[in-house]
Amino acid sequence: MTFNYAYALQILPQLLQATLVTFEATIGGMFLALLGGLILAVMRLSGIRLLGSFAQGIIEFVRGTPLLIQLYFLFYVLPLYGVRLNALFTGIVGLGLHYSTYTAEVYRAGIEGVPRGQWEAALALNFTRRHTWTRIVLPQAVPPILPVLGNYLIGMFKDTPLLATITVLELLGTAQADAAMTYRYFEPYTLVGLIFLALSYPSALLVRRLETRIAAQRRHAQ
Amino acid sequence: MTFLTFLPKLHGGAVITLKLTALSALVALGVSLGVGILRLSRWRAVRGLALLYVEIFRGTSALVQVFYFFFVLPLLGIRLSPLTAGVLALGLNFGSYGSEVVRAAILNVPRGQREAAIALNLSRAATLRRIILPQAFVAMLPPFGNLLIDLLKSTSLLSLITLSDLTFAGKVIVQGQGHVTEVYVLVLLLYFVMALLLGRLMREAERRVTRGLHLGPAR
Repeated sequence: MTFNYAYALQILPQLLQATLVTFEATIGGMFLALLGGLILAVMRLSGIRLLGSFAQGIIEFVRGTPLLIQLYFLFYVLPLYGVRLNALFTGIVGLGLHYSTYTAEVYRAGIEGVPRGQWEAALALNFTRRHTWTRIVLPQAVPPILPVLGNYLIGMFKDTPLLATITVLELLGTAQADAAMTYRYFEPYTLVGLIFLALSYPSALLVRRLETRIAAQRRHAQ
Repeated sequence: MTFLTFLPKLHGGAVITLKLTALSALVALGVSLGVGILRLSRWRAVRGLALLYVEIFRGTSALVQVFYFFFVLPLLGIRLSPLTAGVLALGLNFGSYGSEVVRAAILNVPRGQREAAIALNLSRAATLRRIILPQAFVAMLPPFGNLLIDLLKSTSLLSLITLSDLTFAGKVIVQGQGHVTEVYVLVLLLYFVMALLLGRLMREAERRVTRGLHLGPAR
């Protein structure tokens, strides 16, 4: 079987259109993941034991189970309890929930990576709580976690095809629909692979550059 | 209690999930070691090809790769059973991540070890096999443990190419008898238990391998 360029060109606009849905899912999912991770991290760092172990339990469980089943669960079970979301939104919630367990750990590592002396210095200088966080802790905690978050963003982007299984017509879902109509799998799936590669490879390079730059800055600061 | 009546039906699926995990892990391990070493080859072309493979498999989605192996390869004359296609796709996907682990672990072996091997007139192959890899292996284990659990979870994707794993078994029950909530809660729990056990197994392996080694910075 040879690659039919005419057919590939014919479905390309449709696939690029579907890429927008993939973007929506990624951006929405990341937004929820950043927020959800923050909530989980705050719960863990709150010092309230019950809250901390609850968050820890959620993190372990969600991380120990496949995203695919989590999506099935949200898509098929929630409507039984009156929570009706459209497929794309369900997918966004699923991605957000799954990845918030990863971002929570990233936040925690970032905050715990700030040396104790920095907190003590802020205390000694009589900084308010707010100032301690905004001027001392966060400026040091945030830069090192940016590349890690970037990698999770790319990871989530590559997980969006799972949404096709809950009827979202993102990139893979659209390719599937095309293939089902024409029985040509070669062109749609190859294009999907190429589009993913074309988007995620440059992003990965960018994250790697950010990584080396931040590492260099840290070395410089020490 | 209806909840537990589904357990026997899911049991077979869970066994297949474990089998798929083991098979894909074997492929991934072989690929990781092979490609990880090739990435440090003397020859530019070999390094380039290894890097190309890594970037392609890391740059695209695992599910897309699984579908590609299942739907597209037969059209190109490569006929694989669903099992082979799935195991190969996941093995190659995780191999690309694993090869980076291997590469980093090899690079992290202290320079002096290589120099000592040269001083002792060991061949390159012997240096790699007897000196470098045994030391690098210790550093590979923790990240490999994480990848293994990710792989276990990713085998659920193979249910989409007709393999009757745990996910598939759950779907069959739901389609036949309903009870969506109970079945999916049970499926999630089974995956969770398997992930916990695998995690424990890997930590035990780490403990055994590092026993008696004096690792970390000198005090």
